[in-house]
Amino acid sequence: MPLLAVRDLAVSISRLRPLDGISFDLDKGEILGVVGESGSGKSLTAMAIMGLLPLIGGRVTGGTLHFDGIDLAGLGENEYRRLRGRRIALITQNPMTSLDPILRVGEQIDQVSRMHLGFSDSQAKKHSIELMQQLRVPEAATVHGQYPHQLSGGMKQRIVIAMALAADPELIIADEPTTALDVTIQAQIIQIMVDLVRDRGLALILITHDMSVVAQACDRVVVLYAGRVAESNRVGPIFASPRHPYTRDLIGCISRPGQVRGSLKGIRGNVPGVLDYPPGCRFNPRCDLAQMVCAEKPPEMEVDGASMVACHFSEGAR
Amino acid sequence: MTDSTPAPLVSIRGLSREFGSRSGLFSSPRVLRAVSDVSLDIPRGKVTGVVGESGCGKSTLARLALCLIDASEGSVRFEGVDLASLNGGQLRKLRRRMQMVFQDPYSAIDPRYTIREALLEPFRIQGVGLSAAEAGTKVEHLLDIVGLSVTIADNYPHQLSGGQKQRVGIARALALDPSFLVLDEPTASLDVSIQAQIIALLERLRRDLGLTYLFISHDLGLVRYFCDSIVVMYLGRIVEILPSAESRPRHPYTRALVESTFEPDPTLRRVVTKLSGEIPSAFNLPAGCAFAARCEHASDLCRTERPELSKDRHDHAIACHHPID
Amino acid sequence: MRHAGTLVKVLRTTQGGVSAAFLIAVILCAVLASWIAPYAYDIQNLSAANQEPSWIHWLGTDEFGRDLLSRIIYGARTSLTVGVVSIGISVLVGTSLGAAAGYFGGTFDRAVTAVVDLTWSFPEILIALIFIAIIGPGLHSTAIAISIAYLAQFTRLTRSQIMALKTETYVEATINLGATHGHVLFRHLIPNALTPILVAAMLATGDAIILEATLGFFGLGAQPPTPSWGAMMSSGTATIFIAPWIIIFPGLAIALTVIAINLFGDEVIEALDIRARLRDS
Repeated sequence: MPLLAVRDLAVSISRLRPLDGISFDLDKGEILGVVGESGSGKSLTAMAIMGLLPLIGGRVTGGTLHFDGIDLAGLGENEYRRLRGRRIALITQNPMTSLDPILRVGEQIDQVSRMHLGFSDSQAKKHSIELMQQLRVPEAATVHGQYPHQLSGGMKQRIVIAMALAADPELIIADEPTTALDVTIQAQIIQIMVDLVRDRGLALILITHDMSVVAQACDRVVVLYAGRVAESNRVGPIFASPRHPYTRDLIGCISRPGQVRGSLKGIRGNVPGVLDYPPGCRFNPRCDLAQMVCAEKPPEMEVDGASMVACHFSEGAR
Repeated sequence: MTDSTPAPLVSIRGLSREFGSRSGLFSSPRVLRAVSDVSLDIPRGKVTGVVGESGCGKSTLARLALCLIDASEGSVRFEGVDLASLNGGQLRKLRRRMQMVFQDPYSAIDPRYTIREALLEPFRIQGVGLSAAEAGTKVEHLLDIVGLSVTIADNYPHQLSGGQKQRVGIARALALDPSFLVLDEPTASLDVSIQAQIIALLERLRRDLGLTYLFISHDLGLVRYFCDSIVVMYLGRIVEILPSAESRPRHPYTRALVESTFEPDPTLRRVVTKLSGEIPSAFNLPAGCAFAARCEHASDLCRTERPELSKDRHDHAIACHHPID
Repeated sequence: MRHAGTLVKVLRTTQGGVSAAFLIAVILCAVLASWIAPYAYDIQNLSAANQEPSWIHWLGTDEFGRDLLSRIIYGARTSLTVGVVSIGISVLVGTSLGAAAGYFGGTFDRAVTAVVDLTWSFPEILIALIFIAIIGPGLHSTAIAISIAYLAQFTRLTRSQIMALKTETYVEATINLGATHGHVLFRHLIPNALTPILVAAMLATGDAIILEATLGFFGLGAQPPTPSWGAMMSSGTATIFIAPWIIIFPGLAIALTVIAINLFGDEVIEALDIRARLRDS
């Protein structure tokens, strides 16, 4: 049984339905990339798993979410609170705002293990410093006593990761964890997260818009577009032979070494807002393979082993 | 420079810029050298890339090149004219020839202006009188060359997407027919799909209008794709100049950048182990090579003596005591 | 108009609608005093002094037998004029000083900031009193003294707005197009800074009315027989036990006007969502 099983998830915010038909599985020791442009529903998926939808006035209105056999959709807020931070942790995009500026960073990590694992002050501190060392924070004991403003962006992001790890969770959701960081620091942070998953048998959902990060780190990929799954597969085949034109176009947005100037295309237009979802396949106005049928009828999800694709011309994209 | 090379459009010599920072009423000011002794020729009709991480001085260099901020030392010549020798009025006039596209399209247009007003502002500033009909044609033409529909002309910036705003920013920069465009991370705050669109647009405009670009970016992959030559900066100094995008990097820092740039291909995964440590503070730079603390090739020499930038016979310049072959 | 929608939003709220209606009534009183007031403000009738409210004198009469309602209606003219004129001067001068200091920086900025910080540390009334001590009492000196007392607030607010706005990319982009400082300041920075300044000015008008009344109470503002709410309260103190209405009704006029201004201002701040921008100064 997978650690996390999402089936036909639909999310509503008041009368709108920004997300529907989202399905994927995640096993221990696996990294799942959730990709798409801004507005494709990546962060909303993360919030649904974290049970944070009520914060933005949303709720799960269809499908199921099972975490280690627990039905997340049926969980009360109190039960969710015991899960959140303890067994499922979230790493947010902006390390600058996810730390409390007036608390020492070490104290912020300590709090998590004291609260969820019942550690004493000294146990918690020892645990935090060990974690920081694992995350390659130099002079961890010193940094433990420092305030966020004394640290660089990359170091702050490591502290945020340490907070996420402090209660020894089984599932981590990282929402664009390196977008705000420099490339050399991004590379280090991604490497650290990959090592964590391999060493500890964690499961990681990596939310990103960058296909090169996916290629570097992920085992499996779910490509979201305008609130639906466009395609999902293991990382090898999805890059070698994408079946959805959107996947192919997203990969094509990143230049490769030696690529001829002028051959980078981008994707025309923008992701539609939830009020403007077009009928039929939601990608059809931006797709260069689109035919009449694409604007009329939403494509069925074709499932073939690990591969899932929703496109009328899934063979043509190759 | 040999006689066969045409004169560069922009020529930068020994450019430095310091910023003072005072943290309190009674503390002595700390000095930050954002750009140190940068010399660079920007050839006509080419794309010169400047790549580096935050704090490397690339944005300051962009502003120095356009004389938007004054240099502490050194000179910038545009078509042979030293910008520092011009008075305020002459410099303002020259600005129609050199323009900039900014990183943040969200704040690059005054929120109180419609797109039409924003596109016509350059003409008003430069005292170019336009009749109503001419103004209409100009707006239509400018929107057209950046691939926007004229129907957005009367919208306010907040009604446009990030990509559309960046196109308006480019149209505005092109309004006065400049020959030189500084592109300061024009795609850094956009989605990847939009990034590629904007790069394709810039490439088409360069070809059609014969523009010269100085392209500032933190993304080495993008710079290698888009630029004719690549300048690598680290903590205010040029550490390497690659004469072409295909040149093999020899500076350990450039190598580290290459290794940190992921490729969209899971069969080419990087092993990220080499680069450790943090970028030192620009307020107190080490005595020797600024990269020494993070460099696996660093020797005692590197920690005491700063390597000078020197060119080999292929125009490949490098500032390193132990370049990689 | 960008702000028409905001105004509609404000007027639709109970608080905004009621306070706006009250303020319009006060303004109408001030403008149309000579038509509305049942009596002239300066006609004395000592035989009818200290009369309590009646059908003839709705709010009673004062110690000289003058009709209190008429004097309050005329008093609205004094209070509003002094409030609006003095704050107007404050805004004009403060915005210019603050914009120049914030935009150009340097020695001028340091000098302006030093003076502003110095005056900021004194209560407005003290500053006003000092200036009246120098230039003498009267309506004009009251207006000038009040405008000086509030100068620091607007200089400071404008300066902080300009400092924040001048880092916006469009400012740099405009300079890069060859724009002069005047163009940048008047076409971009000041228009964008204006909304919070105008809202602050509206709220300050309420404070200025209180300050005017206070100075009037001490006999430093409008001189008799010109009616001023503060001076009327002051004259009522002598008869507070036999004719309390003389002090109560002008006091109510002040209180209700100022409360209405503040309530209306609050709704505007809410509608424009600029609380943070006002606080930052």
